[in-house]
This record gives sequence, structure tokens and C-alpha cells, in this order.
Amino acid sequence: MMISLSYYLIFSAALFSIGLFGVLARKNAVAILMGVELMLNAVNVNLVAFWRFRTPELIAGQAFAIMVFAVAAAEVAVGLALIISIYRRRNTVVADDIDMLKL
Amino acid sequence: MATETLIWLIPLPPLLAFFLIVLFTNRSKWISHTVAVGAALLSWLGSMVVFFRAIRVEHFGEEIFASSLSWLPAGDTWFKIGVQIDPLSAVTLFFVAWTVLMIFLYSVGYHNYGQPKGDHDRPGLQPHGATVSDAHGHQHTVPSIEPMYSRFFAFIGLFAFGMYTLVVSDNLLTLFIGWEIMGLCSYLLIGFWYAKPSARAAMIKAFITTRVGDVFMLLGIAYLYAVTGTLNYREIFYNPEVLNRLAETPSYIVGLSTAGLIGILLFIGTIGKSAQWPLHVWLPDAMEGPTPVSAMIHAATMVSAGVYMAIRIFPLLSAGAEHGMTTAMGFVAFIGAFTALFSATIALSQNDIKRVLAYSTISQLGYMVAALGIGAYVAAAFHLVTHAFFKALLFLGSGSVIHGMEHGVYHTGEHIDPQDMFNMGGLRKKMPLTFWTFLIGGFALSGFPLVTAGFWSKDEILADAFGNGHILVFGTLALAALLTAFYTMRQITLTFLGEPRTKAAEHAKETPWTMTLPLVILAVFSVAAGWVGIPEHFPAIGGLLPNWFHEFVGGTLLELPEAVAFNAVPLLTSLVVALGGLYLGWLVYRNLPAGAKDPVEEAVPSVHTVLKNKYYFDELYDTLFVRPAYWISETFTSEWMDRGVIDGFLHWVAMVTGIIGNALRNYIDKPIVNGFGDFVGESVKKFGRNFRVIQTGRIQQYMIGALFTLAFFSVLFYYLVYTR
Amino acid sequence: MTPLLVIFIITAAVTLGAALMVVTVRNLVHAALWLVVTLFGVAVMYVLLNAGFLAVAQVVIYIGAIAILMIFAIMLTRHVAIDTGPQVNANWIWAAVLSLALFAALSWTLASWSGFSTALPEMSPRADPLRQLGTALVSPDLYVIPFEVASVLLLAALIGAIMVAWERR
Repeated sequence: MMISLSYYLIFSAALFSIGLFGVLARKNAVAILMGVELMLNAVNVNLVAFWRFRTPELIAGQAFAIMVFAVAAAEVAVGLALIISIYRRRNTVVADDIDMLKL
Repeated sequence: MATETLIWLIPLPPLLAFFLIVLFTNRSKWISHTVAVGAALLSWLGSMVVFFRAIRVEHFGEEIFASSLSWLPAGDTWFKIGVQIDPLSAVTLFFVAWTVLMIFLYSVGYHNYGQPKGDHDRPGLQPHGATVSDAHGHQHTVPSIEPMYSRFFAFIGLFAFGMYTLVVSDNLLTLFIGWEIMGLCSYLLIGFWYAKPSARAAMIKAFITTRVGDVFMLLGIAYLYAVTGTLNYREIFYNPEVLNRLAETPSYIVGLSTAGLIGILLFIGTIGKSAQWPLHVWLPDAMEGPTPVSAMIHAATMVSAGVYMAIRIFPLLSAGAEHGMTTAMGFVAFIGAFTALFSATIALSQNDIKRVLAYSTISQLGYMVAALGIGAYVAAAFHLVTHAFFKALLFLGSGSVIHGMEHGVYHTGEHIDPQDMFNMGGLRKKMPLTFWTFLIGGFALSGFPLVTAGFWSKDEILADAFGNGHILVFGTLALAALLTAFYTMRQITLTFLGEPRTKAAEHAKETPWTMTLPLVILAVFSVAAGWVGIPEHFPAIGGLLPNWFHEFVGGTLLELPEAVAFNAVPLLTSLVVALGGLYLGWLVYRNLPAGAKDPVEEAVPSVHTVLKNKYYFDELYDTLFVRPAYWISETFTSEWMDRGVIDGFLHWVAMVTGIIGNALRNYIDKPIVNGFGDFVGESVKKFGRNFRVIQTGRIQQYMIGALFTLAFFSVLFYYLVYTR
Repeated sequence: MTPLLVIFIITAAVTLGAALMVVTVRNLVHAALWLVVTLFGVAVMYVLLNAGFLAVAQVVIYIGAIAILMIFAIMLTRHVAIDTGPQVNANWIWAAVLSLALFAALSWTLASWSGFSTALPEMSPRADPLRQLGTALVSPDLYVIPFEVASVLLLAALIGAIMVAWERR
């Protein structure tokens, strides 16, 4: 039985869903960011899988994946900076406590 | 100036005087009386000019002075108003102008012009005298000037306008207008001293009683207009076709032709206005007014207007019966003769000097009406003219007497009624001018032969009655003439002859020239006015002077009425009753001492009481008409209908509305309308409150919500797009 | 049962298990460490997909930088009391439902796609994905602009992060 694209797709879908669960369900802000990282990684795996299985001669898939790396890194940096800033002000990193959007 | 224009102008000066006095000159007494007397003088002048021009026209009855204007458009035709002087109105104008002028002048003195203001006088009450101190410091009470002086002249000015309008009018409508204006002025002037309750009662009584007559008259006018389409005298009374048609058409009442019914309806107006039985009750009470009023309105002019109108409509009354008596005329004759006798009997028992004259007036008007009833057209007109002069004279004379007595009352301070004849006596010495003029007037009233106007006119009536075979009327009128002479001499004897019965009578004084001059002038007329109507076949002097009056006034009718042939019986009867009555009156009442009772009262006390109470007619009318009217007004209409039914209904409507309103409010407005509004508001609030929970501020929850929505819509999208 | 498949299954199981751990453990530091494991697993996946450079880049960037950064952040934001109690919030059930639904939806959508079971194509031995990638990233015809933009983005992000986290005294 050969490995086919479907395996990778299911895998990345599963990873993505787990990441989504982490984003939606975790209390700690940093844990939420971890969930986001999982999701981004799942996307990257998906991209690369599509590249390898569908257009291995083009390099667009990998290039795209590189971009995702860069963006993820940037996003993590900024997010953690924000979390630290919030922690300094409110002395908490529990997402539920940061509810200033509430009327 | 053209005669027609002059005729239009005659009524205007007194009207102008009325307005000027009311609007401008009310404060100044002398300006007011000057304006009023001046206006009367102008109208008199105009009337004299017109009269003298009229008598110069040959066959004046055919070529009268007339002028009319188209006034209101009424369908195809015009309502015209206009003026007309025919022979009848010419002679009427003559006596009206003279008597009005005399009375205006008299009023200046009567209301004590020139006297000081009274001590306790106020407008609405008779003047009560003013206290003055003379050179020696003695205090005297003297007559005081009337507080409402100018107002009097304003009212009599308006009255004069009404009378002149009535006389110069050429149709029944403007006659009626003048009639009503005079009725109003009569009301105002009877109640001139409005603070006296008796005056107030009398003014209302006069107005309402005459109003009863006026209603029927208006019905007659309307009926006449309906059947002929016009109210103009010339077109009806001088028009044989119209008269014949009216005489031939039967009316709603069996036995009467249309002409007869209209005539009777119009005549009922005369019954009211000229105080004939049964509407006579107002005239004696009208003596509450000042004496010039009594003289002018209730002797010379207004009551004469009733007879004038009756004479005017004579062609209608007599239509259908050639020289005979129609049913209408019979009715008229009955009323006239009955009234003449009836009120003459009452006059016997009256003690107030003015009351006697009032009943006398009613009686004499009865004479004129009776004369008309039997067809003696010219005689009725003749008596109208002469009566105006001597009755005005008598009333003015009585006013002079009362003034003299009041002077005595002020002087002595006695508390007696200056109008009661039993308090007078011997005044011939104190007031000679008044005495002689009053005597002349009294003799004229009694029909003293030859030298008084009353003799000629009364004699002619009696002659016509006898000559045409109306014996019952003749007898009644002769008896009335006897009584007339009797009570007249009674009056003269009690007042002027003998000795004064009270201190006040002793100190009576003659009145000023403004009052005595009119007396003298009217006395001249009372003597001479009869000589224009001496019958042609009168023994000795008949034929010396032509019977101008008969020729002239008779020309008013289509056919000149025949002069009745001379007969000795009525002449002798007339002489006997006149002289006999005068002698009897003097005999019974001469030399009555002070405090004595009336001899007639002593002789027949029960009869005298009935007469004195005027046959209890006032009480009868009170029970029959006045009390029920009050009951209807106070109880039936006011309490039951107005407050009970109408107000009750309104209260009920209000109550029902209130109930409905409350019900609507409590069952519909509050629960449903408000409830709905509140419900909407509350549900929005509740929804908002409940929905607010999703705004937690927690972004993880927001994300969950967003993803769920996304899932829902993607499923929906999938189903809508891909499976359809 | 090719060796590739076996390795794939093992790697997938490890990665997914570690991912589950990341999202469920109470201790945050443990979660971070499990994240590291997951990232390693993903790197192996890259290798299986012949993207060697990406695998190395993954290790260096993600694990070496990002995961370390996370641990730093965890340390810096510790409460005085150590995190106790459940680390999932009240809505975790809905989150779980959503995740499962999403997984199901994705799988099903992908499964109905025709190319779902594409077989692994041969890659020529002389193919040099690395060289190709390098060329692509700097070639004006290819992806130099996204590359430059990404670098500007990184710069901006880092400056921004510094500004945000700057302590003002």
C-alpha cells in the first residue's frame, strides 16, 4: 500500500483541529498561542504535501511554506510581546480575565 | 319744494332729534328741549304746508300726493315703500302736527325746566321737590326739575317720528312699522319713572295687551298680502276689482268673505291699540306715565292711530254690501258701541283726575269705532279730529291742575294725592286760565251745542246712526253721551268749582306760560274745529258754511258717501243728553265739603264698587292669562322642561359618555394600547438583557460563536448551491 | 507496507499525540515541551516529503526560536501561585464539538475531491529542491518580492514587539 496524498491531508486536518481546540478552549494566553502554532504547522504540512504530490517540479509550494514560517515567527513575537504587556498591566494571562470588550 | 319731497321729509326732524339727544345733547337740558321742540316745529311747518296745498286741489281724493320707491326686489316685482297724502291723511296730519307741537312745548314746563335740582331726586323716580331759602331765610319746598329731562324729549321725538311715519305712509307695512315704533315708545314712556313698581307693571301690561292685538293685525296684513300681492292703499282700498274679488271669495270662517275676515283681523289691531273692550285694560294703567305722555300718546295720537287705520281699511270692511252693513261692520259697531257705554260707566266712579279722562278716551274711541261700524265714514273721521284736540286739551289741563296741586303740596307739606279730585276744589280762582280752557275742553267732550267742536262731530254720529236705522247703536251711544256729560261735569265741579277741600288746594298756583299757551291754542281748536263740518240741512245755520269736511274727507273713498238727511230726533236727543248730563253733574257734585264721600257711592254702593273695580276685568285677565303664563314659564318650561328634561338629558349624555370613556380607558386603552406599547418596550429590554450575555468580552467565546455561525452558513450554502 | 508508510504512521501518531498533550496538560511548561515534540514531529514529516531544507528550517526557527520564546514568555508571566485548576475554560465542550466538526468537514470535503488519493510521484534524483528554492526566493521572475516583503514584515514585527513590550518607567 503506497502512501497517498490522503494520509497527509487527514493528518494535517487533524493537527489543525487540535490546534483549533487549543485556541478555543485553553485559558492561558500563551497556551492559546501554542494552539495557533499548531494550526500554522498543520497548514505548512498541507502545503508541502500538496507540493510534493501534485507539482513537485514547481517550487511554489515550498516558497509559500517559507513565507508561512516567516509570518508565524513574526506573529509569535508580536503576540508574546502583547501578552507580556498585558501581564504587566493586569497581572494576569488568563484569557477570560481580559474582557474589556464586554459592555 | 315739491310736495312729495316735503312729505318724505316730514317724519325726519323728530327722528333726528331723537338721535341727536341720545348721542350728543343728553347732558344739556336746554339744548335737548330746543332740539326737540325745534324738530316738532319743523315737522309742523312741513305738515301745514302740505295740508294747505292739499286742500287747494280739486277732487283731491282722485289726485293725491303720492311718491314711492322700489325698495326690495321680491321675485318678479318690487316691494315698494312710499308716502301718500290723501284727504284722510291730510286732516290726520293736520291734527297730529298741532297736537304734537303743543305737547312738546308743554313738556318743557311740565318737567319744571328752570327749577332747581331736587333734594332726593334720582333718575327713575318722579321729582320730589327741592328746598330753597328765600330772602328772609325761610325754607320753601319748590317743584324740582325732572332728572331724566333730556331722555323724555328723546323718547317723544322718536314717538313723533313713528306717528308721522304712520300718517304719511302709503301702505300697510310702513303703517305697521310706525305703529310698532309708537308701541315701543308708549312702553318706554309709560314706564318713564321706572323706579316705581306700578309704572313698571303698567308698561309691561300696555305692551303685552297691545301686542295681542298686533298679532292678529299682522295675520291680517299677511293674509291681505297673500290674496292681493300688495299692501298699497291705492291698489287695494281704491280699487274696485280687488275689493269685489275679496268680497266675493269666501274665507275660512263661515259667513265672512275674505274681505270681511281680513278686515276683522286688522280691526283687532285697532281693538288693542285704541283700547277697545276687551283689550282696554292697559289704558287706565298707562296713566302712570307723565301727563304729556298721556295726552299725546293715549289721547291724541297713538290711540287715534288705531282708529285711523280702521278708517283706512273701511273699504275692506264694507266690501260686498252696497250701503248696507257687512258682518265685519256689525262686529265693529258692536265693539265700538259696547266699549263706549262700558267705559263711560266706569269713568263715573273714578277719583283720579287722569283716570276719568282715560276711560273717557276709551269711550270716545268707541264712538268713532261704532260710527265706522255703521258706515258713517266721514263722521268717524270728524270725531277723530275733534276728539284729538279737546282730549289733548283736557289731559294737558289735568296736568296743569296736578302741577298746581303739587305746588300746594310742597307749600303746605300735606301728604295727600295731588291727583285725587276729592282733594281739589275751588281751583278756578287759583288757576283761572287752566279753568277756562279745561271748561271749554270739557264742554267739547260733552257735546255742548254749537260752540264746541265735539257737538258737531258727536251729533253727526248720532244722526248717522238714527238716520240709517241702527237704533240699538243710537240708543247706546246716546246713553253713553249722557254719562259722558255727567262725569265730565262731575270732574269740573269737583276740581274747579266750590271751595278748596284741602290746604294744598288752597295754595295751588297757576302754571307757567309753556304749559298754559298750548292749552289756549288747543282751546281755540276745540271751539272752532267743528265749524268745518256743519251739515248742510242743519236748522238756521246749516248752509252758511259749506260742509267742507264732508266733501273733502268723503273724497277718500271711491264713492262720495251720502250725507244723511236731517232729522230732528237725533239733534234733540243730543241736546238733551248733553245739557241734561252737564246739569245733573253739576247738581250732584256741587259744594261737596272736605272729606265727603261720593254721593253716587252713597246712593248705590254695590254698583259703585263694581264700577270702581272696573267690572273686575283686571282680576279676570290675571286669573285667565297672567297666572297660567307665569305657571308655564316658571314651572312647566323652566323646571320641568328645561332643568328636568333638557338638562336631565344632557346630564345623562354626559354620564354615558363618562362611562364609555372610563370603560375605553380601563379596558382598551390601558391594557391593550398601553399594554402593547409596554409589552414591546419590555420585550425589547428583556431581549436585550438576555442577549447581552453573549457579550462577554472573551474572545475565545466570540471565536466559538463565529465558527458556529460559519459552520451553519457553510452547510446552508452547500445545500442551497450544490444540491439544488 | 513500505517503510515510508510505517515511518509516516509512527511520526503521525507521535505528532498528533503530542499535539493533544499540548492542548490538554495543566502545567504550561509541560505544554511548551510537548509543543517542542510536536514541532519535531512536523520536521520529520517534512523530511518524509523530501523538503529537507524545510525540516531544518523548522527545527531552527520553530523549536530553536519560537518554542524558546514561548518558554521565556511563560516564565515571565507566571502567577505567584502556580497555575492550578483546569486549564480549559468553560466552553471547552463547544470547542471540542467545533474541532471535531471541522475535522469531519475538512475530511469529507477533501475526500470528495478527485485528487484525494493521488499517488506519490517520482522525484528525479537530480532534482535539487534546495537550489530551486534558493533561486526562487531571489529571482526577480519568481518570489523575490514576497521574500523581501516577508523580511520587512519580520523587521516590523520585531520592532513592534519591542515597542509593545517596552517597559515604561
